[in-house]
Amino acid sequence: MTRGGRRRGHAAAFGFLAFILFLHGLAYVFLSRSTGLTGSGDARELVVIAGMLALAFSAMLSQAMESVTRAFYARGDLELILTSPTTTARLFAVRICAISATILSMSLLFAAPFINMQAWLGGARWLCAYAVVVALSMLAVAVAILIVGALFAAIGARRTRSISQIVAAVIGAAFAIGLQFAAIVSFGTMAVPRFAVLERLAPGGDSLILWPARAVFGEPAALAFFIGLGVVALAAVIGVFAPRFGRLALAAGGVSHGATKKSRKETRFRGASPAQALRRKEWSLLVRDPWLMSQTLMQLLYLLPAAFLLWRSFFSEGGVATFLSPILIMAAGQLGGGLAWLAVSGEDAPELIATAPVPGNNVLRAKTEAVLVGVAIVFAPLVLMLAAVAPFAALVSLVGLTVAAGSATAIQYWFRAQAKRSHFRRRQTSSRVATFAEALSSNGWAGAGALAVTGTWLAVVPGVMVVAMLAGVWWISPARCSAPN
Amino acid sequence: MSFDFHQTNNRAAAALARRSGGVGMNDKSSPLALRIRGLAKSFERPAVDGLDLCVPAGEFYSLLGPNGAGKTTTMRMVAGLLAPDRGSISIFGVDALADPIGAKRIMAWVSDEPMLYDQLTPTEYLDFVAGLWGVEAKLAEARARELLSWLGLAPHADERCAQFSKGMRQKLALAGALVHEPRLIILDEPFTGLDAGSSRVVKDVLRERVRAGCSVIMTTHILEVAERMADRIGVMSKGRLIADGRLDELRVRAGSGDASLEDTFLALVAQDRVAA
Repeated sequence: MTRGGRRRGHAAAFGFLAFILFLHGLAYVFLSRSTGLTGSGDARELVVIAGMLALAFSAMLSQAMESVTRAFYARGDLELILTSPTTTARLFAVRICAISATILSMSLLFAAPFINMQAWLGGARWLCAYAVVVALSMLAVAVAILIVGALFAAIGARRTRSISQIVAAVIGAAFAIGLQFAAIVSFGTMAVPRFAVLERLAPGGDSLILWPARAVFGEPAALAFFIGLGVVALAAVIGVFAPRFGRLALAAGGVSHGATKKSRKETRFRGASPAQALRRKEWSLLVRDPWLMSQTLMQLLYLLPAAFLLWRSFFSEGGVATFLSPILIMAAGQLGGGLAWLAVSGEDAPELIATAPVPGNNVLRAKTEAVLVGVAIVFAPLVLMLAAVAPFAALVSLVGLTVAAGSATAIQYWFRAQAKRSHFRRRQTSSRVATFAEALSSNGWAGAGALAVTGTWLAVVPGVMVVAMLAGVWWISPARCSAPN
Repeated sequence: MSFDFHQTNNRAAAALARRSGGVGMNDKSSPLALRIRGLAKSFERPAVDGLDLCVPAGEFYSLLGPNGAGKTTTMRMVAGLLAPDRGSISIFGVDALADPIGAKRIMAWVSDEPMLYDQLTPTEYLDFVAGLWGVEAKLAEARARELLSWLGLAPHADERCAQFSKGMRQKLALAGALVHEPRLIILDEPFTGLDAGSSRVVKDVLRERVRAGCSVIMTTHILEVAERMADRIGVMSKGRLIADGRLDELRVRAGSGDASLEDTFLALVAQDRVAA
């Protein structure tokens, strides 16, 4: 390893250590102030633990479905392996074990600080939670394989990829969103501790649903059952699906050679200015790609509870609108960033655009318009509904979401890096600075919106901070550095 | 409906010339489709090193060279995809560096890796391209239908490109390059990965375009194609043009008698290496 390589390695290790310490600090604050877990094992604690495990399981299952789907559809070395004397059953078993290990390591990365801190606060018995996390990850992979296999059988290889990834995302968000809906129905607001909802909805302490929680407390029977369940489920699923893997992978690989999708009617030329043509193209590509659409709109799933609450508030008194503004603003920033990446970086024919007789600024303007119109289509109904309930909050939301979407779009311009649209999921790893800046910008504008709705001038503070942050990000961005002097 | 390419070409070119401020098709005084002077571009080492090149209007010109000779870099600079370090590029009298939009109006670029939108149909793709070049809808539609028919893509005109083979994608990219009736078409390795049938179709379309007065510049490693199709051939090595002319002129220069273009090309490159 070179000296530079070693230095980078040390920096990465130091960064990782700092991140782990940060997570431990976060876990300590959360556990000591919010949950009040003492290890008594009473009904309330069981419910809280079960809720945490359900939340973790939905995230693991979502990740596992993504990974299992990729295992079926990824070409890479698959064709080489499928044509080699290696049995596909063994290949599948190895890949699934690798997926389980990945899911487990990711889960442990985020669960370990909480387990460690709880063990610090409540005693060593909490370390049994590690075994439960291992069992949960195995169970998640097993369930993921079952779901993907069922999708293959039910809707065929062509649709399984998109549907599976949509289902994965919905599962990932479902539990958190479900809690919000339950909170709204139960308490009329989302701003209550989620565990209170769980306590109200939870079954009795001897219910099987609470066995995972009992396993966390180190109850031998529950722990043995849960670990056994994970191992047996994963082994059984591998045993059943491994012999079929080759056939399913070949079916997935044959998708691109299958029947083509044909328009029902002959397309007529509509004629357009370059800007119109660019906008129309962006919208067509987005609307026609269900996977991309799902990925882009996934963050909007979290708006559903807010929309539901807003709908309910139509039929009751107002007063709930104040906390909706920041949610709308934050979501608009995230959606704007996603759409802007697709329009700016995710251009599949960059050379066509670059060789067209259209000035670069006009191209950027047309693409920005396409992004902002997309954001407007999604948020206009919500803002209009909000206007009927709380006009001032609607005005703040309108300004805030426009600025948030515009900021996210600007960040995407500054950090644009040409990529295929299908690489949308990798956009967050292509530039960490852009990713963090986008998140900070959305959250900052949301904070400013939250304060503005209450009528305080303090709203200016987060606004100025975001502007300063954006200026700093622009200063270090490739767009400024490569601009001609 | 029969579509007269030649007439439409003239109409479109006249319209293009009007849009580009009178510089273009009506600039009959310019006999050169492309004039390059002292063009240079370096990355970590010089890729194009003081290149001078002229391509007369209405000519099929093939640019050859070993890997890394600077062919693609040169063509990308002409197409406006790369900024040169120094030098000048003139396309039908339009200074491509001072007036890139004017130059792009009368030029088309087709790369070796066709870049399409998987979720658009060929018709929609051509509609989009026509929109970028500001071609009137009726005219563009007539051209597009004719091109799709010529290229054997008419049965697939309303299918999305996601399922298209390499050959179909390359033919559609070519249709996109032709739908706005460019006066200069630049193709970078257009026959890579094409089957015999698709290659024949592409060659026929390019020949027809040259007959209609269009100029074509093509880089290729398939020397048989250059030998059969090109009016003149240029050979690049180490960023410079080491030979330029008709095949018989290159043979004389290489001292290769009646040898094939392949032997002539290899002899020219070997001479350059020895001279260096």
